[in-house]
Amino acid sequence: MLPRSLQRIVLTLVTTLSLAFASAAHAAENVTEFFLDNGMQVVVIEDHRSPAVVHMVWYRAGAADEPHGASGVAHFLEHLMFKGTDELESGEFSRIVEANGGSDNAFTSWDYTGYIQRVAADRLDLLMEMEADRMRDLRFADEEVVTERSVILEERSERVDSSAGGLFNEQMRATLFHNHPYGIPIIGWRHEMEELDRAALIAFYDAHYWPNNAVLIVAGDVTPDEVRSLAEEHYGPIPANPDVTARARPQEPPQIAERRVIYEDERVANPYVARTYLAPAREPGDQRRAAALTMLAEILGGSGQTSVLARQLQVEGERALYSAAFYDSTSYDPSSFNLVNVPVPGVTLEEAEADLDRTIADFLENGIDPAQFERIKFQIEAAQIYEEDNVQGLARSYGVALTSGLTVEDVDAWPDVLAAVTVDEVMAEARRLFTETSSVTGYLVQPAPESAAEEVTQ
Amino acid sequence: MIPRILGLVTAAVLLLPGIARAIDIQEVTSPGGIQAWLVKDDSIPFVAIDVWFNGGASLDAPGKRGAIHLMTGLLEEGAGDMDARAFAEAVEGLAASFAFDVYRDALTVSARMLTENRDEAADLLRAALVAPRFDEDAVERVRGQVLSIIDGDARDPDEIASQTFNALTWGEHPYGSPLEGTRESVGALTRDDLAEAHRAVLARDRVIVGAAGDITAEELGLLVDRILGDLPETGAPMPGMADYQLPPGTTVVEFPSPQSVALFGHEGIARDDPDFFPAFVLNQILGGGGFRSRLMQEVRVERGLTYGVYSFLGLSEYGQTLGGRFSSSNDLVAEAIEVIRAEWTDLAENGVTDEELEAAQRYLTGAYPLRFDGNGRIAGILAGMQADGMPVDYIATRNDRVDAVTAEDVRRVAGRLLQPENLHFVVVGRPEGLEPSN
Repeated sequence: MLPRSLQRIVLTLVTTLSLAFASAAHAAENVTEFFLDNGMQVVVIEDHRSPAVVHMVWYRAGAADEPHGASGVAHFLEHLMFKGTDELESGEFSRIVEANGGSDNAFTSWDYTGYIQRVAADRLDLLMEMEADRMRDLRFADEEVVTERSVILEERSERVDSSAGGLFNEQMRATLFHNHPYGIPIIGWRHEMEELDRAALIAFYDAHYWPNNAVLIVAGDVTPDEVRSLAEEHYGPIPANPDVTARARPQEPPQIAERRVIYEDERVANPYVARTYLAPAREPGDQRRAAALTMLAEILGGSGQTSVLARQLQVEGERALYSAAFYDSTSYDPSSFNLVNVPVPGVTLEEAEADLDRTIADFLENGIDPAQFERIKFQIEAAQIYEEDNVQGLARSYGVALTSGLTVEDVDAWPDVLAAVTVDEVMAEARRLFTETSSVTGYLVQPAPESAAEEVTQ
Repeated sequence: MIPRILGLVTAAVLLLPGIARAIDIQEVTSPGGIQAWLVKDDSIPFVAIDVWFNGGASLDAPGKRGAIHLMTGLLEEGAGDMDARAFAEAVEGLAASFAFDVYRDALTVSARMLTENRDEAADLLRAALVAPRFDEDAVERVRGQVLSIIDGDARDPDEIASQTFNALTWGEHPYGSPLEGTRESVGALTRDDLAEAHRAVLARDRVIVGAAGDITAEELGLLVDRILGDLPETGAPMPGMADYQLPPGTTVVEFPSPQSVALFGHEGIARDDPDFFPAFVLNQILGGGGFRSRLMQEVRVERGLTYGVYSFLGLSEYGQTLGGRFSSSNDLVAEAIEVIRAEWTDLAENGVTDEELEAAQRYLTGAYPLRFDGNGRIAGILAGMQADGMPVDYIATRNDRVDAVTAEDVRRVAGRLLQPENLHFVVVGRPEGLEPSN
């Protein structure tokens, strides 16, 4: 592999592969779960090696919960959360966190919106006071809404419109998900973002930002008793909203036609072919299929030298610069399984697609190398050790799971479920996945050279 | 019985101000004479080790730009009696991980090894560093990947901006050209060039080791010798100083995008300059991380001209800059540049307020201890401190040095360091209403 991995080429498609194994490390020992009277779920992860604490509030609301036509409002609201409340001036939240030596940030996905701060453990009280304040008391000043809308439009320009891969990825998702809002970009479609206003923000805020729709995760140098007492003091007084119910988004109809996306962009340096399939995600109490698919992605594309795609396409065939398989196991509704092949110069995308198909067909025919299977199982075991070193990552994996319909028990069981997956289960999932028609095949290409285009018109 | 084979172990227990926990750095000298810094923590059964080789990609021989980068990419593509696949399978079988990377001032290796198979993992890392094979098929495969990266960079506005800025700033010095090389230079590299690149960089006289996790000083000494002991003593001489040669002005590089990327700056300050700490605090106030900086407030929060803007002290070993970066829609970039120039001027003329200084100090001193979270982070910090020539007690004194900076210091250093008239903006995109200076 390379110092600067070629993953950069398809960065917008690749969800971090290391997340594939994201799980819980010896969870039972240092993870505690409880609920406040108002329904707020609380998870405490103890790690006393360093006197720091990570404080996160996750809302079970993301881009896939937006009203139709208001794409981007979940993320827009995330930005507004740093503006004024009835207690805090605009920007004061971050100023106080920084003045206490902390860092803070936030993130929005389709299934969740999260707010995170990292500070010395003795500042937890202050953080909770401020986070509880902005759960219900945001002010939404008009001039701030207008200025911040410019900022998110600039963010869209930077993250998506400035990147051929970003635009391609957006088109791929929109094609994979016909009916489910997972097909709508988190940042929003520009024409809808331009129309977002104060009323749209307040409507989303009032529908979703309630303690019974939130998960509090505190990880680091704290005890569950300390967290319970602080959480009861700060979050406890906020009333639950009985109107908050489980999410029910429009689901995909049977997908009976294969679909294709061809996106041309003059900024493309390395054309590639991508294929994405609808795939089941981890279900509460039933994670076997997702575990098998996680293993499948690792077997097919988890390593630049030893995985099936890399071996056949990059090393032996020398027909690919880069290849990958990745799968998003943790998602409220069914997610996607993805393949990518970046061919070497001289190999067309049609040929690259045929290479991909042939490799998958050979895999279905020949099955899994038992030695590779054992190596991956050992790596999953070791991942639990390495993950203990990264308490923030651990906290995040709980946050993603608990806002994707899973329980703490599911998170705790995940490593064991992965460890129990058999070769037969993986092959069964592979056959099911690759014989279905619910896939999208996409080409990201340079436009045809101008001289050729002129010849055609002449 | 251990001390016989061990050189020297000294310990310095350093209390972080405001934090009742010690970061206990042990200075280890291996039996073979290699220095290493260690923070021992046996609560998780693995060790993280950072091995850095000073000089990095700047040691490319004349006409061989990209050789060290390509060589770095080949370290894990076959070593000793293993070809690329056998090596990768062996690493996976131990659940170890080795990340090889190369920068202008260092080639870095970040390794993680489980306690249960640490010696076997160390043998693999030794093979990669000491006996890489540079097999022809692996060379061609990775060369193809590098060429695709070079092609990709040529169509990436951020890369175009930094390559343009570096070329204008550092000219013929290695800092002036991308360390990946060009299509021509990489295409012409031979196996001998790669072997030469390997000899130039991977030598014991420039190696730095930081380790954290489940290992004793004695064990670390032996492990370091096991991994590095067979490397040659010396490598290529270090590059000379880079002459700063960027004139004031504006350079526009046409690029088809709705947004322009702007990279800007002028000459900076060295880490060993007596004014370094005031400059460090000044940069935090000007455009350091977070929403509170002058640039973020004025360009993003007040005017909505960008998603993000920041400034940085470019602290390379052989040449320094004070720079910044933002991107804005093509019709907004000229206004953003005016706002940035105005902030530069205001700070240079008026310095900072006491409130700004205090907020920056509280942030910098409060955030510092939070960096030491986890073996991987600590190993990297220990290597970085050594690369920067810091003493082992630096951690204990660093916050005091930040707190010692006065508003008068910042005012004086701002007057010296910030030169609005010398700023050069490299803008990649289709900026409207912006005149290039040449």
